[in-house]
Amino acid sequence: MSTPLSPSSPPDHSQPDWDAISRDVDFKALVSRKLKLVVPATIFFVVYYFALPVGVGWFPDFMKQKVWGNLNIAYLFALSQFFMAWVLAFIYVVAAAGWDRREHALLAKFGFNSRD
Amino acid sequence: MNFLISTIAAPVDHTALWMFLAFVAATLVITYFSARRSTGASAYFAAGRRITGWQNGLAVAGDYMSAASFLGIAGMIAMNGYDGFLYSVGFLVAYLTVLFVVAEPLRNAGKYTMADVLAYRLSPRPVRAAASLSTLTVSIFYMIAQMVGAGVLVRQLIPGVSYEVAVVGVGVLMVVYVVFGGMLATTWVQIIKAVLLMTGSAFLTVLVLREYQFDIGKFFSSLAAIPSTGPNGEKVVRDFLTPGLIFKNPWDQISLGMALLFGTAGLPHILIRFYTVPDAKTARASVVWAMIIIGLFYIMTTFFGFGAASLMGPDYVQAHGGTNMAAPELARKLGGEVFFAFISAVAFATILAVVAGLTISASTSFAHDFFTNVIHHGKEHQPGAEVRVARITAFVVGAAAIVIAILLGPGVNVAFLVGLAFAVAASANLPVLVFSIFWRRFNTSGAVTGLSVGLVSSIALILVSPDIMKENALFPLKNPALVSIPIGFIAAILGTLLSKEVPSKEKFTELQVRANTGLGAEKATEH
Repeated sequence: MSTPLSPSSPPDHSQPDWDAISRDVDFKALVSRKLKLVVPATIFFVVYYFALPVGVGWFPDFMKQKVWGNLNIAYLFALSQFFMAWVLAFIYVVAAAGWDRREHALLAKFGFNSRD
Repeated sequence: MNFLISTIAAPVDHTALWMFLAFVAATLVITYFSARRSTGASAYFAAGRRITGWQNGLAVAGDYMSAASFLGIAGMIAMNGYDGFLYSVGFLVAYLTVLFVVAEPLRNAGKYTMADVLAYRLSPRPVRAAASLSTLTVSIFYMIAQMVGAGVLVRQLIPGVSYEVAVVGVGVLMVVYVVFGGMLATTWVQIIKAVLLMTGSAFLTVLVLREYQFDIGKFFSSLAAIPSTGPNGEKVVRDFLTPGLIFKNPWDQISLGMALLFGTAGLPHILIRFYTVPDAKTARASVVWAMIIIGLFYIMTTFFGFGAASLMGPDYVQAHGGTNMAAPELARKLGGEVFFAFISAVAFATILAVVAGLTISASTSFAHDFFTNVIHHGKEHQPGAEVRVARITAFVVGAAAIVIAILLGPGVNVAFLVGLAFAVAASANLPVLVFSIFWRRFNTSGAVTGLSVGLVSSIALILVSPDIMKENALFPLKNPALVSIPIGFIAAILGTLLSKEVPSKEKFTELQVRANTGLGAEKATEH
C-alpha cells in the first residue's frame, strides 16, 4: 500500500483522464482477464446449481440411488453445491489478487496510487 | 407421549427473557457509543467505510440469515426431510453472483445506495426515483414478514409476551438502533447476532452428533425410516433423505432457485453493506467471509433439522409448537431449559439484526436517493439534512411496520412476502444493475422501464399465485421469478432500444474505469 492521502487534500485533486485509461492496453487486458474467469465461472455455477432441482424434479429415481450407507446421490449432490461455491470463491479470490497487482501497475502508469 | 412432555409442566421459566434482555442491553450500549462516534453522512450511512473484511462478512451473514432460515428450514427438514435442505442450497450459491458481478463494481462506483451505480451515467432523477421505489418495496415487504414472524415466534419462545408486545418491542428496538446508531450500530448488532447464531448452531449440531457417538454413517442411517402421522391420521414411515416429500412441482423449485440466485445480488440491504468497507478488495474479502459463515450455517441446519426428525420425530415436533419450534425444542431436549432459552434468545436476536438492516436500507434510499437527489437535485440544501431525513424515515418506517404487522395479526401467511422481496430484487434490481455496469447502449428509459416493469410484474404474478388465490390461482407457481426475471430483462432491453436517448459515452467509459480499478472510489473517513 502506498502512502495515505493527508486528510486536507481535496478528493478530486486531479480529475483522471478516464478516456486515456480506458484505451490503455493494460486496462483492456485487465478487463478481459476478469471476464475470462467470471463469464465461464458464472455459466458453470448456474448450470451446476440448476442441475439439482432438475435432477430431483425430473430424475428422482436416479437421485434416490444410495451411494454410501443411507446417503443417496440427491443429498451428496446438494452438499457438493456448498463445496462448489467455496471452491469457485477461492479461485476467484486467488485470480483477483493477480488483478489487484495489475490494477496497481496500471494506476501507477497514470500517476495514481491505489488510494486515489 | 406424556413421558416426553413432563418437563414442560415446570413453572414458567424466564431464562429466555433474561438472555434476550442481556442481548438488548449489549446492543443498546453499542448504539450509545456508535451514536457518539457517528457524525456526518458517511459515518451514519456507511459506518465511515471503516468496517474490516471479516467484520463485514459476519455482518452480511447477520443481515441475511433470517429467522425463516434458522427456524423455518430446520423445521421443514424436521417435518419432511431432504426438501428443506434443497431450499437452503440456493441461499449460499447466490453469493457467487454477489461476488462475481456486483460487490466490487458497486463499492468502486457508488456511495451509499444501489441507485448510485445506476444513476452514474443515466439521468439521475427518474432512475433514482424508480430505484428508490423498488428498494422501499423490497425492504418494507421483507420487514413486515420479519415482524409478523417475530411476533409469532416470541409468543412461543418467551412465556408471557404477547404477539403485539413482541411486534412493538422488535419495532422500537430496530428504530432505536437505526435512528441513534446508524450503520455502525446496525453492523455490530448484525455481527453479534451472527456470532451468537453460529455458536448456538454449532453447539446444537455437536449435541445431535453426540447422540450418535459422532458416527456420521449411523446418523444418516437413522433417517432411513422416520415414522409419522399423515394428514388423514394414517401412520407412514418415510426415508427422510428422499427428495420430493414437500415439493411436488419441479418448476416451483426452478423458479425459487432463480429468485435466490439472481435476487440476493439485488437485495438493497445486502448491497449497502459493501459501502461500509474501505475498498473493493475488502468488499471481496467480506463476501468470502460471508460465504464461509452462511455455508457452514446451512450445513449445520441440516444436522439439527435431521436430528429433530430422528430424535424427536415429526409428530412430536407438531405437538410441541409446530414446524418453527423444531430447533428450540431439540435444544430443550438435548441441552435442557438453559440451552432452550439461549436458542430462543438467538432467534430473537436474528430477527432484530435483519429488521435493523432492512430499516437502514429503506431509510438510506429514501434520504439519499429520493430526498437529496430527486427532490433537491443532488445538492444538500442544508448541512446534515440527509442524515436527519434518514432518521425521520427510519422512525416512520418502523412505526408503519409495527402498525401493519399488528393489523395483519399473527395468523396471516407472510411466506409470500419474503418470496416477493427476492423476486422484486431479481426482476427489477438485478437486470438494471447488470446492464448499467456492462451494456454501453443502456439508457435512462431502459433503467426506468426495467425497474418498474420488473417490480410490477413480480407483484402482479404473486397476487395471482397459489399463495394468495389458493386453488383458483391464475399463475401456477408460488414464486414469480421464472417469468418475472425474463420480463425484467426484456423490459430493460426494449425500454433502451425504443428510446432515442443516446447515453453519454464519456460517462460509460468513466464508470468502466472506476468499476474495474477503484480509481476515485469513496474513501474511508480518517480517524
